[in-house]
Amino acid sequence: MTSTYKVAIVGSGPAGLSSAARAAQLGMEHILLEKTDHLSDTIFRYQKGKHVMATPSQLVLRSDFDFDAGKREKILQTWNDQAASQNVQVRYRSEVTAISGGPGAFSLKLADGESINAETVILAIGTQGNPNLMRCPGGDLPHVEYQLDDPTAILDEHITVIGAGDAGIENALGLAADPEQRNVVTIVNRSADFSRAKDANVKALTSAAEEGRITILTETSTNRIEPDHIVLDTRDGELRIPCNRIIARMGSAPPRGFVESCGIEFSSKDREAFPILSPVFESTAPGIFVIGALAGYPLIKHCMNQGYDVVEFINGNTNLKPADEPILEAKFSKLPGKRSVDEWLELLRTKIEILRDLTPLQMREFTLDSDVSFVRKGDVIFDRGAPGSSLFNVASGGVHVQVNPSDPSIVVPIGAGAMFGEVGLISGRKRGATVVAAEDSVLMEIPRNAALKLIATVPAVRRAVTRVSIERQLLQLFKAGLSPSDITEVVESAETISVRAGEAIIAEGDESYDIYVIRVGSMVVERTIAGKTVFISYLPAGSYVGEMALIEGGRRTASVRAAVKSEVIKLNGDAFRGLLNRNPALLERLKVDMATRKDVNAHIETMKSTFSDIADMYSSVASFLVENGIGEATDVLLIDETLCVGCDNCEKACADSHDGLSRLDREAGKTYAHLHVPTSCRHCEHPHCMADCPPNAIHRGLDGEVFIDDTCIGCGNCQRACPYGVIRMDKVPPKKPPLLNWLLFGSGPGPGEPNAKWAKKHGNPEAPKKAIKCDMCAGLEGGPSCVRACPTGAAIRISPEQFLSVSHMQKGD
Amino acid sequence: MAFFARKSSSKRSGPSSHVSFLKYADYRWLKIASGLSALAILVYALVDVEPRHSGNSWYGYTLGTIGALLILWLALLGLRKRTIRPGQWTLKSWVSAHVWLGLSLIVVATLHCAFQFGWNVHTLAYVLMMIVILSGIYGICAYSILPKQLSANRGDMTQAEMLDNLRSIDRQLHDATQPLSTELANVIGASLNDDPFAGTILARLKNRYPHCPTHTAFETVGAASRNKASSDVDDIVRAAQLLSRKVTALANIRRHLQLKAQLEIWLYFHVPLTFALIAALTAHVVSVFFYW
Repeated sequence: MTSTYKVAIVGSGPAGLSSAARAAQLGMEHILLEKTDHLSDTIFRYQKGKHVMATPSQLVLRSDFDFDAGKREKILQTWNDQAASQNVQVRYRSEVTAISGGPGAFSLKLADGESINAETVILAIGTQGNPNLMRCPGGDLPHVEYQLDDPTAILDEHITVIGAGDAGIENALGLAADPEQRNVVTIVNRSADFSRAKDANVKALTSAAEEGRITILTETSTNRIEPDHIVLDTRDGELRIPCNRIIARMGSAPPRGFVESCGIEFSSKDREAFPILSPVFESTAPGIFVIGALAGYPLIKHCMNQGYDVVEFINGNTNLKPADEPILEAKFSKLPGKRSVDEWLELLRTKIEILRDLTPLQMREFTLDSDVSFVRKGDVIFDRGAPGSSLFNVASGGVHVQVNPSDPSIVVPIGAGAMFGEVGLISGRKRGATVVAAEDSVLMEIPRNAALKLIATVPAVRRAVTRVSIERQLLQLFKAGLSPSDITEVVESAETISVRAGEAIIAEGDESYDIYVIRVGSMVVERTIAGKTVFISYLPAGSYVGEMALIEGGRRTASVRAAVKSEVIKLNGDAFRGLLNRNPALLERLKVDMATRKDVNAHIETMKSTFSDIADMYSSVASFLVENGIGEATDVLLIDETLCVGCDNCEKACADSHDGLSRLDREAGKTYAHLHVPTSCRHCEHPHCMADCPPNAIHRGLDGEVFIDDTCIGCGNCQRACPYGVIRMDKVPPKKPPLLNWLLFGSGPGPGEPNAKWAKKHGNPEAPKKAIKCDMCAGLEGGPSCVRACPTGAAIRISPEQFLSVSHMQKGD
Repeated sequence: MAFFARKSSSKRSGPSSHVSFLKYADYRWLKIASGLSALAILVYALVDVEPRHSGNSWYGYTLGTIGALLILWLALLGLRKRTIRPGQWTLKSWVSAHVWLGLSLIVVATLHCAFQFGWNVHTLAYVLMMIVILSGIYGICAYSILPKQLSANRGDMTQAEMLDNLRSIDRQLHDATQPLSTELANVIGASLNDDPFAGTILARLKNRYPHCPTHTAFETVGAASRNKASSDVDDIVRAAQLLSRKVTALANIRRHLQLKAQLEIWLYFHVPLTFALIAALTAHVVSVFFYW
């Protein structure tokens, strides 16, 4: 047992390093515990030469360590040098396995059996977690490794890769890529298929196995490891093969278990939830502070600032203003009434209903992400049909929602404290009504990601949003002069159900009569006729289904299943019948809708005999498109291959409209009945790419396009998240000479994307790679260049509800 | 597939209707081109020009000017195609106008020269123009017929994937050759060394490769694999199966290359001859004014 440190810092990433540096500057007794043998493992593990970004650019860095955008090597070098020169006390290979004790007397147990005593603890362990370890006998032998830095450095070895997720497959492929390395690679998978890996990786792996470059063992687990062999349990019995190196890629355990074992509570059970923290980053376990990615701040600058701040707080500096203070000041500067940042934050928090349960720290974060604005009476906040998925809150004043497009005087008032715009947020579709300011008001606009995070982390917010959104969605959907009090009973009975892709909510022939409103995602309506499933229609989010059985009685006449992962509101049939009885106007309205659907059914019925032709064709084409993600698309590029001559002018036009990089691959992608879905962005209702963007650089623009702004840090999360493979990581090539110079003198690479050789020769080798995707040529007059540049008319852009409807089939020839 | 027709709902997506370049805007340019041709013929038939219709009558000059301007404008398609600027234009409408107005040149130019031909630079310009137009007509036919076949042949594969597939079979074939006799190994070796892109342009256009080493290998190894007495029959059968896959893959990519060649070949006449035509046209115009 040694002396007690004033502060022990766990994890030497940007946050931990910065706090250790501050502690060193303040002369505090400190120790920085790092589980590996180098500083900042996450950045250390970036690929060689990776350009690291410094966002958000408006945030000032407040740390004793320097940090600026640049190469991984340079940044690590700077930190290593500064750690040495500033006397930061680091203890390497010190994995903390448990923290016990209380304020003033913590004991940190290390994996090597030692323990460290400290008065306070700063947890800065990030969210990467620890790799799952080999638990079989011999799992602790030195040739068992958990990562592979450079596959080309390994020669002439027998290597076994355990785990066939993306990491394992990529490692195995890398080791076997060059036959000159003479490696014998075996990949071991516990299950029979490769459900966890990307399609492209699985394909590459199976083709490598066919060529004899890699051996795949499925339904196999490790029995024991010996110095030069590995013994595996296969389906057919025990197998002993030579093995000089084992690479175990079996995923990692998130650090949450460890964090909770220290007595720290999280804001919810949600996987994405973060620990509950005070304004000075103190967790619910007094004396333990949490900063960095684990606290919900994945960006390096945030982390470093927090490292600085938290040590100042621990040292008793209570007057320290957060480094983001100037940003908030700027946000509030245009508002009337001279209030300080803290006063504004408190005002917003107390006035706005859904923000009431937030901690001051959370409040700060959401305000940083949000916009606060002052609007005058009569200002339009958004128009019906405009794209938008942010959530608005009225801090003071009030707004009017124009529910009837033909008569703007019919309005629903929304007062101070309440929210609006939640339908767009939840469904991902365009705004359903125009909203204007009823008086001078202060509004807070929370962008989609921040709002979703808010809903996920604060249960009270989730409940409020769900209730209000169901009520409003029903009012908007059924109109017919309903008021909130009319539908109370129905709303009470409503139940939100998530539906997996392909799952049915209504089965043909069932006797149920509930009504479903599609809240998120989309559904397809199908009937079985003469043993064949016939596609009838496509229902986007915001539509309802199931009224026929309720009004007319009888069994369900068609099946309704989810085209993509969806969420529906199930309205109790009896409660809804009561509503219909009280509101004859609503009944009339539903009957009109129903008549259209019955027409379609009748039409399908008449086509029974001639199924070989159009209906069959339409049905199969529609299913093909839905399978290819068109069900969640808002705007997609299709190519009619009866017209496409393969000139690739679309790709060239795309590159020439956007810094010389094409965002579409015409030839790749699936084709059915000469209808080709190229590799190009579908601008999904709920973009997968937006889910995990550290600088929050992906947005939906004014024309409904999903685009990536300049703050992209090139991390590649969006590329990995996109199920359609439409995002590429690349550096912007240098500017080309003008077209005429190429035509007349042959200078430069000509129209379209310059070849890699030319770009490399003339480009800036230091330029960072960024994520590149289709932005629908937003802001360009005339619209998407790919379509305008198609010489034959093969390229078309469509949105699903425009073509996945039977009216088109009836017109079809 | 008319059910994919898109309503042009906003300003941005105006020109995105789903019709081919020939039918663009309800055959607008066909109508204009026919009107122009009909008018030219009508005037030619009804107006009495003294002493007779010829290139240097007032009517001849009128048609000549229209024709020359048309040729220059038609040639600008090459620039339009490569100049991607924002704006309310579509390449499809340009191509539509190019095709139909280009065809009307047959009438305009023939009436301009009033059927007077000779062995001179004037007729050279006319002949070059006709060859350019004929190659263009081939292009229209190719664009109408071949894309469907190209699409059906390639399925979900890209050209790069087809080549990858071929290379992957080659690698397996290379390994499979190791245990075989020298004789068979040599036959397969010839197939491995064969370049799928080799062969004359004619072979590619006709998709005929008479001395294809892969076919030879397929037949030789196939015959050997039927000889069950051989000791290494399993190895031979494996090689034969791989060769059979290679034959299919090769046929697939060769058909792809054939269709691509057929879609592109005419441009190698159409474009250079356009430049020759513009040169001849310049000579024609200059000489006419010089000798006037």
